[in-house]
Amino acid sequence: MRSKSVVTLAGVAALALYSSMAVGSKYNFPEPQSVIAQDIYDQHIVLLWICLAIFVGVFGVMFYSVLKHRKSLGYKAANFHHSTTVEVIWTIIPCLILVVMALPATKTVIAMKDTSSPDMTIKATGYQWMWGYDYLQGDGEGISFYSKLTTPKAQIENREPKGENYLLEVDNHMVVPVGKKVRMILTANDVIHAWWVPALGVKQDAIPGFIRDSWFTADKPGIYRGQCAELCGKDHGFMPIVVEVLEEEAYAQWVAEKLAGTNETVNLAAVTTEMVAEADEDNAAADKNSENN
Amino acid sequence: MAAVHGDVHGHGGHDDHHPTGIMRWVTTTNHKDIGTMYLWFSLAMFFTGGFLAMGIRAELFQPGIQILEPELFNSFTTLHGLIMVFGAIMPAFVGFANWQVPMMIGAPDMAFARMNNWSFWLLPVAASLLVVSFFVPGGAAAGGWTFYPPLSTQGGLGVDMMIFAVHILGASSIMGAINIITTILNMRAPGMKLMDMPLFVWTWLITAYLLVLVMPVLAGTVTMLLTDRHFGTSFFNAAGGGDPVLFQHIFWFFGHPEVYIMILPSFGIVSEVIPTFSRKPLFGYSSMVYATASIAILSCVVWAHHMFTAGMPTVAQLFFMYATMLIAVPTGVKVFNWTATMWRGSMTFETPMLFAIGFIFLFVIGGFSGVICAIVPIDIQVQDTYYVIAHFHYVLVSGSLFAIFAGAYYWIPKWSGRMYDEKLGKWHFWLSMIFFNMAFFVQHFLGLAGMPRRIPDYALQFADFNMISSLGAFGFGLSQLLFVYIMIKTIRSGEKAPDKPWDGATTLEWTHLPSPAPYHSFEKPPVFKPTVH
Repeated sequence: MRSKSVVTLAGVAALALYSSMAVGSKYNFPEPQSVIAQDIYDQHIVLLWICLAIFVGVFGVMFYSVLKHRKSLGYKAANFHHSTTVEVIWTIIPCLILVVMALPATKTVIAMKDTSSPDMTIKATGYQWMWGYDYLQGDGEGISFYSKLTTPKAQIENREPKGENYLLEVDNHMVVPVGKKVRMILTANDVIHAWWVPALGVKQDAIPGFIRDSWFTADKPGIYRGQCAELCGKDHGFMPIVVEVLEEEAYAQWVAEKLAGTNETVNLAAVTTEMVAEADEDNAAADKNSENN
Repeated sequence: MAAVHGDVHGHGGHDDHHPTGIMRWVTTTNHKDIGTMYLWFSLAMFFTGGFLAMGIRAELFQPGIQILEPELFNSFTTLHGLIMVFGAIMPAFVGFANWQVPMMIGAPDMAFARMNNWSFWLLPVAASLLVVSFFVPGGAAAGGWTFYPPLSTQGGLGVDMMIFAVHILGASSIMGAINIITTILNMRAPGMKLMDMPLFVWTWLITAYLLVLVMPVLAGTVTMLLTDRHFGTSFFNAAGGGDPVLFQHIFWFFGHPEVYIMILPSFGIVSEVIPTFSRKPLFGYSSMVYATASIAILSCVVWAHHMFTAGMPTVAQLFFMYATMLIAVPTGVKVFNWTATMWRGSMTFETPMLFAIGFIFLFVIGGFSGVICAIVPIDIQVQDTYYVIAHFHYVLVSGSLFAIFAGAYYWIPKWSGRMYDEKLGKWHFWLSMIFFNMAFFVQHFLGLAGMPRRIPDYALQFADFNMISSLGAFGFGLSQLLFVYIMIKTIRSGEKAPDKPWDGATTLEWTHLPSPAPYHSFEKPPVFKPTVH
């Protein structure tokens, strides 16, 4: 009886622990901001519960045995060594559990792969070590810019205190409208990179010389941060991705400002006000940027 | 070392004449000497790779760049992986095979004794190439242990040294594998059928076939990389008509079976240890063999689950997802069989048994995270994050390495003729257990929360878990010094071991040979009486 209550207690404690993990995003995926990310989040939670149930079952039995079937307690060993029935049962049950896991996953895979009829298309190009974005189709067509880490070197080298979005801030956000299906086309200029924004449930390798695609529809306006997820050399850890999701009007305004400015690299901070008046300066800044590249 | 000299007189045929000093080890063709060298080499590499791991965790102790510049950090992660996989884990298992396979099947030695010597002595050459590459211009390879092109096409001399090291290691593994297959198939004691073999021998037979199958594939792909780098081919260069993803397919066609090459022998060790200390025959012997074989076969058709984010057709993603999930079934069968072996046994908990139970407990956690990674949509999120790091350290450290510890404690009385210090062994187990989980359990959370792998610096929300992980890693690293101390103490001054220190042991090395095992054993094959399975 005592060991049974120990097992029960341990089970309850583990359940409580896992439930609390599901709440705090520090222990789990970031709060999902797209249908796909939500699916992934939910399936992951279901899988955790299934794994936990199996874990408690298997190790409940094993640790009961460890506690009771000891030589030191004078327990005499039995001598059975196989049972076809039992072995068939514990082969079939895991198969059934796997089917339960695979069904929703299959639906999500098919949904993830469906990049057809997007509202807009953006091409992201991985460079050593920054991202380039080209708006190919839909609202904003023709916009093109680079997006680079803005965290100062002094912070990385511990000479200054680290800011709030340390290593996750860039000069130009990739801006998209809320509720629109955005098809991402990924490629790279030099080595393989990977474009990853966890909250949107998108991760796709960007492969030099080839094109891959993926998609997302952002549910809510906001700023979502991600990082390059494929080792790409020295500064792999220093090429973040920042997606800014705007309401439709705000997005239209951003597009207008972007297009009125220049097709070259534009510093977003510089264009938010008095776009036209500062156009000359922007051009100068853009020239400087493209020289650097 | 003196321990393996144990002369037993009065057996016919060979005597124990062999060169002394260093030449004994250079020229030896004795499976026990070679096994010993493999194990010491593996231990040395374990500490070399461990040193690199300590460097990595020291850099990641706090956000910011403190100790390792990004390029050197990448070299550390790359060489940590290569050295641990090819230098520590694989040679350790070959060391076990050299010592144990002949003794467990009643053979006098390995089939190809000279080739055995050669396959060992290739290893120090390859290891030196890897270690020395840190000091050449451009530094060691920094493209990850998977060295994906085009990144690995960019590196300097260090990458070429790594390619040659991999060639040599591959040749060594192939020779070792052929030797083991031939020994097992041709040299069993009369009356020992395949289905009578101890499970450790079975798992090694299957592992050896996997090695012969996939090592040439690895050799092929690194050769393609080499010709891309120096001889103007463009297998992996899109501009020349090649495809970088082709490399990943070939690499993982080797790489996934490789994962099982590193875990199947540990299943074998655990399947010897659990019945011995439960004083009960292994439950489901034949289903264990079939499960091992199915895992090996399935491991050859799941390679692309390492590449779900590389992009592939929907049907391919689904196929690789289903095939990968299927591996959980035979693996589950094994765990259930071990549990059933323990059930209603008469257990004692000496250090080998503790490591074996620790193995099952933590390997199952690694198995769960494996199933979770197999689910494509979830893998899209966790691929190339710390979640994957946590997953494969649960199967490789608390899996393979814990089984190696279990095997070392289990067989050291037979090898050295002396007992290890049980109290210290238990300390080693519990320290390893606690610090391992401290180092790696939190990495699951880091991965889920979005920390990519292979980065020298990270965003501030990851700081606390990284600090915990680093402290755990330092503790784990220090605990392993205790293992070296225990082993040296045993060999030098351990208590004399009886011929069969474990009353539940049933295999030939315990029942038919004295401790320490004589330099030449089973020159006349033993009479083998099969037990019921």
